[in-house]
Amino acid sequence: MEIFTWLADRLSYSVFGLTPGTRVANGLHFFIEDTSKILVLLVLLIYVISYLRASLSVDKVRNYLLGKHRALGYLLGSTFGAITPFCSCSSIPLFMGFVSARIPIGVTIAFLITSPLVNEVVVIMLGSILGLKFTLMYVAIGMLLGMLAGVMMDMLKAQRWLQPFLAEAYQQAVNSNIQIADDTPAPSVTHKDRHYFAVNETKTILSRIWKWVIIGVGLGAAIHGFVPAQWFEQNLANGQWWTVPLATLSAIPIYTNASGVVPIMASLINKGMPIGSTLAFCMGAVAVSIPEFIMLKQVMQIRFLGAIAGYLLVAISITGWLFNYYY
Amino acid sequence: MTTIQVYGSGCKNCATTAERILEVANELSLNVDLEKVTDLQKIMAAGVLTTPALAIEGQIKHSGSVPSVDLVRELLSKNAVA
Repeated sequence: MEIFTWLADRLSYSVFGLTPGTRVANGLHFFIEDTSKILVLLVLLIYVISYLRASLSVDKVRNYLLGKHRALGYLLGSTFGAITPFCSCSSIPLFMGFVSARIPIGVTIAFLITSPLVNEVVVIMLGSILGLKFTLMYVAIGMLLGMLAGVMMDMLKAQRWLQPFLAEAYQQAVNSNIQIADDTPAPSVTHKDRHYFAVNETKTILSRIWKWVIIGVGLGAAIHGFVPAQWFEQNLANGQWWTVPLATLSAIPIYTNASGVVPIMASLINKGMPIGSTLAFCMGAVAVSIPEFIMLKQVMQIRFLGAIAGYLLVAISITGWLFNYYY
Repeated sequence: MTTIQVYGSGCKNCATTAERILEVANELSLNVDLEKVTDLQKIMAAGVLTTPALAIEGQIKHSGSVPSVDLVRELLSKNAVA
C-alpha cells in the first residue's frame, strides 16, 4: 500500500507544490491516496470475485434453496444475498422468481435485505479503510439483520401484502407440488467465459460506482482536512440516545451505495463521532433507498414496504445503540 | 422473420443487449422482430430470473448478463428462422 502514499506524496508536494502539513495539503494527500488505492483495489478484487462467481447461476441458487429447512433457509438466503451482485434493477425479477418458486417469503426477504447491505464493494471499501476486524463485524451484522428480517416477515405472514398477481403466484406455488423443471443443463464454464464475464462485471460495477467513490472520498477528505475535531466533540459526539435513530432516518433520502458512504464514515469515526451512530448512518443509507422502494412497490403493497422500512429503522437503531454502549 | 424478446425492467444493460442484437442481425442480414419486454408479469411468466434475458422464437437462450457479440452471433445464426 506504500505505493499509494508515495503517489500522493509526489502529486501533492512535488506536482502541486503544496507545503506538507497545511490543511489543503493534508486534504489533497488524503484524497489522492485513498481514491487511487480504493479504485485499484476495486478493479483487481471485483475481477477476481467475478471470475470465481461466473459459474454461480441464480437458477442453481434457487433450486438449492428449495425444500431446505426454514432456519437453514434464512442463513442460506442471507449468504446468497451477500455473495451475489447487488444491482437493484435485477433484484425485482429475482424476487419474483423466488416467490413464484415456493421459496418461503422470509427466505426471499433475507436474501433481498442482505443483498445491498453486504457485497464485495462494501467489503473492499471497509477492508481498505477501516480494517479487517471492523469489516468482519459489519458483515456479520448485515447478515444477521437480513436473517431477522426474514424471520419477522414470516411471522407477520407478509405474503399477504404482495401485489395481488404475485400473491396469487405464491399461493399456487405453495399448493402445487410440481417440482421446478431443471432441464437446462449446466453449461460448462471455460476460462475464456469466466474472463469475459469478469471483465464485463468489473466494467459495469466500476462505471456505476466510480463517481460515488470520488464524491465520498472527497467529502471524507474535506472532513479530514477542514472540520476541526472540537466541532464534532461539541455537536455530535455526546451520543445521546436519539442521535442514533436520527442518523438512520437522515440517511434514508441519501441515495448512494457503500462506495460513497464508507469513506465519509471513516472520517467521521476518526474525528470522534460515536461508532454506533456512524454505523447506523451508513447502514441506513445503504439498506433503505427511495428509488429501491419505488421499484419494490411494483411487487409489494405499501404495508409490506412499511413493515420492511419500520423493521430496518428499529433494527439498525438497536445495532447503533449497542455499539455506542459497548464499543 | 425471427422473433426475439429481450426481457428486462428497463435498465441500461437491457438496452445494450437489444442494440447488440440489432447490430448483429444487420451484419448477418437477418430479418428480426425484436420486442423489449418490460412488464413484470410477463417476465415472471417467461420464467426469467436474471435480466437481461434473451429469447429467440419463444425460447430463453441467455440470461443474466449482456451477451457478448460472439454469443449473439452464434445464437442468431443457429436459431434464425428464414
